[in-house]
Amino acid sequence: MSYDSKTWEVVIGLEVHCQLLTQTKIFSGAATAYGAAPNTQADAVTLGLPGVLPVLNKTALEYAVKFGLAVDAQIAQRCVFARKHYFYPDLPKGYQISQYELPIVHHGHLDIEIDGGVKRIGITRAHLEEDAGKSLHEGYSKQTGIDLNRAGTPLIEIVSEPDIRSAAEAVAYLKKLHQLVVYLGVCDGNMQEGSFRCDANVSVRRRGETKFGTRTETKNVNSFRYVEKAIEFEIERQIDVIESGGKVVQETRLFNPDSGETRSMRSKEDANDYRYFPDPDLLPVVVTTADIERIRATMPELPQAKKERFIAQYGLPAYDAGVLTGEQALAEYYEAVVATSNGDAKTCANWVITDLLGALNKLGKDISASPISAARLAGLIARIADKTISGKIAKEVFEAMLAGEGDADTIIKAKGLVQITDESAIVKAIEDVMAKNPQQVADYRGGKDKLFGFFVGQAMKATQGKANPDALNRLLKEKLAG
Amino acid sequence: MHTQSIAELSAGLKAKKFSSRELTAHYLKRIESFDKQLNSYITVTAEQALAQADAADARLAQGQGGALTGIPLAQKDIFCTTGVRTSCASKMLDSFIAPYDATIVSKLHDEAGMVMLGKCNMDEFAMGSSTETSWYGPTANPWDVTRVPGGSSGGSVAAVAAGLAPAATASDTGGSIRQPAALTNLTGIKPTYGRVSRYGMIAFASSLDQAGVVARSAEDAAYVLQAMSGFDPRDSTSIERPVDDLLAGLNGSIKGLKIGLPTEYFAKGMSAGVQQRVAEAIEVFKKLGAEVKEISLPNSPLSVPTYYVVAPAEASSNLARFDGVRYGHRAQDVKNLEELYKRSRGEGFGAEVQRRIMIGTYVLSHGYYDAYYLQAQKLRKLIYEDFKRAFAEVDLVLGPTATDVAFKLGEKSDDPVAMYLNDIYTIAANLAGIPAMSLSCGFVDGLPVGLQLMGNYFSEARLLNAAHQYQQVTDFHKQMPKAFV
Repeated sequence: MSYDSKTWEVVIGLEVHCQLLTQTKIFSGAATAYGAAPNTQADAVTLGLPGVLPVLNKTALEYAVKFGLAVDAQIAQRCVFARKHYFYPDLPKGYQISQYELPIVHHGHLDIEIDGGVKRIGITRAHLEEDAGKSLHEGYSKQTGIDLNRAGTPLIEIVSEPDIRSAAEAVAYLKKLHQLVVYLGVCDGNMQEGSFRCDANVSVRRRGETKFGTRTETKNVNSFRYVEKAIEFEIERQIDVIESGGKVVQETRLFNPDSGETRSMRSKEDANDYRYFPDPDLLPVVVTTADIERIRATMPELPQAKKERFIAQYGLPAYDAGVLTGEQALAEYYEAVVATSNGDAKTCANWVITDLLGALNKLGKDISASPISAARLAGLIARIADKTISGKIAKEVFEAMLAGEGDADTIIKAKGLVQITDESAIVKAIEDVMAKNPQQVADYRGGKDKLFGFFVGQAMKATQGKANPDALNRLLKEKLAG
Repeated sequence: MHTQSIAELSAGLKAKKFSSRELTAHYLKRIESFDKQLNSYITVTAEQALAQADAADARLAQGQGGALTGIPLAQKDIFCTTGVRTSCASKMLDSFIAPYDATIVSKLHDEAGMVMLGKCNMDEFAMGSSTETSWYGPTANPWDVTRVPGGSSGGSVAAVAAGLAPAATASDTGGSIRQPAALTNLTGIKPTYGRVSRYGMIAFASSLDQAGVVARSAEDAAYVLQAMSGFDPRDSTSIERPVDDLLAGLNGSIKGLKIGLPTEYFAKGMSAGVQQRVAEAIEVFKKLGAEVKEISLPNSPLSVPTYYVVAPAEASSNLARFDGVRYGHRAQDVKNLEELYKRSRGEGFGAEVQRRIMIGTYVLSHGYYDAYYLQAQKLRKLIYEDFKRAFAEVDLVLGPTATDVAFKLGEKSDDPVAMYLNDIYTIAANLAGIPAMSLSCGFVDGLPVGLQLMGNYFSEARLLNAAHQYQQVTDFHKQMPKAFV
């Protein structure tokens, strides 16, 4: 951030298009799966053939309600689908079925953590609509290919209040929103495939101004990093325009990921008059209190609640709880480890966060593709808890598990890693070390306490690291004391 | 055979007096002989018809099939029919062969076993009251071939009136079943909005469009409407409610039936001849035991202006899909996308369709929506409330269907407003969504006059019963135009 934030205030509102994870399209029975051959998932309704009619997919409606409940929003008891008109080859009917005056979800909010504090971002509305198809320009000479597989895929467009004040806040909001829709199971969250994409409305004003500055809308930014870069670029561009005596033009802009810049796409004057009106093919949708309660009963535990529970139930620090609840699959993994390991919750958290996530990160793997199952990690922690192995040996076992050498017990047995708890064996090792290092014994006894670590290391080495560390410490102290 | 009722034809088929193939061939021959004068069909599906007839004969031979199995039927060219051009009488869809059947098409042909003779002419996209806006040229009225058959279902009525089909499907957005039925001496019924599926019927104005039937009597209409009606999960506006038995009640007495005569419909506008025939019809209903009283539909003068906001608005939206990209007419040698749209639509749509798209686009535009579309919706509610009050007092509302008998071809085609006023009596039923029908009540100078009956929601059986009782004591509906006997 290179602008002078004492002089300038940034105002950001985000519109997020989130594809709903339904099997079929929002108004027809055609499949929604990504990646099929072009136009193989375009039925008569998708193609907008003469005479076809839309029928609302009830699952899409339920998913929108779920989202609304998750952001503490009002769920409209009666919402209306409207037609939004514009001509484009990948929009088969010449209009998009969306919601305009009466959206399904309104007046919600999402709390984000920023600079060590919590900030509440208002969610103006979230409405249901159908996605358009795709226009393919590459590989066609003087032609455009149209793929209508995506056309009719259900979306919710989530519109925030202009409550966001920096690119960092925007990213924090988006990440939180992304986590939420994935948690809810209403969206796969795949940003590369366009399942979760963002339009950023950005304006700047001098501090103290009460009126918003003129805003620009940067369309279809599909990664957190790009959103950050696009917003930062826009902030600096707008400040430059104003500082050099110009005026920001209300317009739609496009972000170029290669240059990190935005460029003008169309001005307000060229904007479409969408001629919204209620779609006469679809009756107003009535959602009863009973419907809402039924949907509420199917809601999973949400990230914030889960985090708070992890802190309370497992006594974890907020940081650990935050990491572990970042993804539902990770939280489930952790809880499975705690439940079956008999280890203490914090030890389990350390293993999952430091060792497992570290290893997965190196492998570039997701928790769901972890080479070590929760049961196996629990098995390892259990062997530490029952003192079969030490924490140090456990790291070796962990590496072997990662390499696919089996469960902890198999590895411990195969490698002969069982911890030595027989005190006479430990005493013997200590006596050998002392016998071999008389000078160090003398120095230690002469007051060089630091040498204690040296003796621990030597004794451990002599037992191939298998000595029980507590017993070793205690016995070593006794022996060295003379 | 072409003078027989559907019940008679059905009995003849069951008794093996003739086969469906013979019956179908008879109609195909009549089409060949007479349709050059009328232009009532856009497409005749002779081969397919004979194949369907053979299939019907096979079913009948095994003692299977219902009342309509093997009976020929003409389809208005607004209903999608698999493998057959579905043009909506537009150059835009001249090359469009539907890959699917409208729900009513599968109900009538696949389920009921009727034989499709072909696709009937109409005003382009059902926009018109004379069938003169068709890309395929106008249809003539069999009662006087220099006159229009009404519209938009002009091809359907001309075919049935001339004995080129026993019955035909039709659609009614502002009177497109009733006004043509009135002008050609037929019985036509537009059921309650939502009673018949709109799936596969090319949309003009979605909140007003309703499919129905034109036939030579109320009884014939009842047979076909019975087979067309019912809930369709593919149409969100169709209504999940059992279909009444439309035939069972036809013969019931109408003694004590309360009929309302709206003051506003009789005040002015009707020609003297039409007024006379309607007055006579009222006397017939009185003789049948009906109680007739004057009622008021105070907001009926608002119908036409309301309609000409709502219908074009929805049409401008519904017709946006015809862009030359996926199907239909595509302009050649275009320089860019905008030109592709402009020229494809400019070339593919006729003048009346373009006019309505422009009106509709205007009334939905930013800054005008509240003044026009929203206001029209409020008026629509007033019109609906008029009927609600009326049906608290009476069972049916009776009046003229059209102001006058059929006008001359070309007489009004340059005056859109005069043309729009053709629907002055019929539009209200579409705006309110109530069922309404037209039946013949005599002639003026040899040209048919239509009587309109309107009923409360889902009162199709009562409407058809009243019409049938009227037709038991009158014989206007049995008359055929002399040139086509």
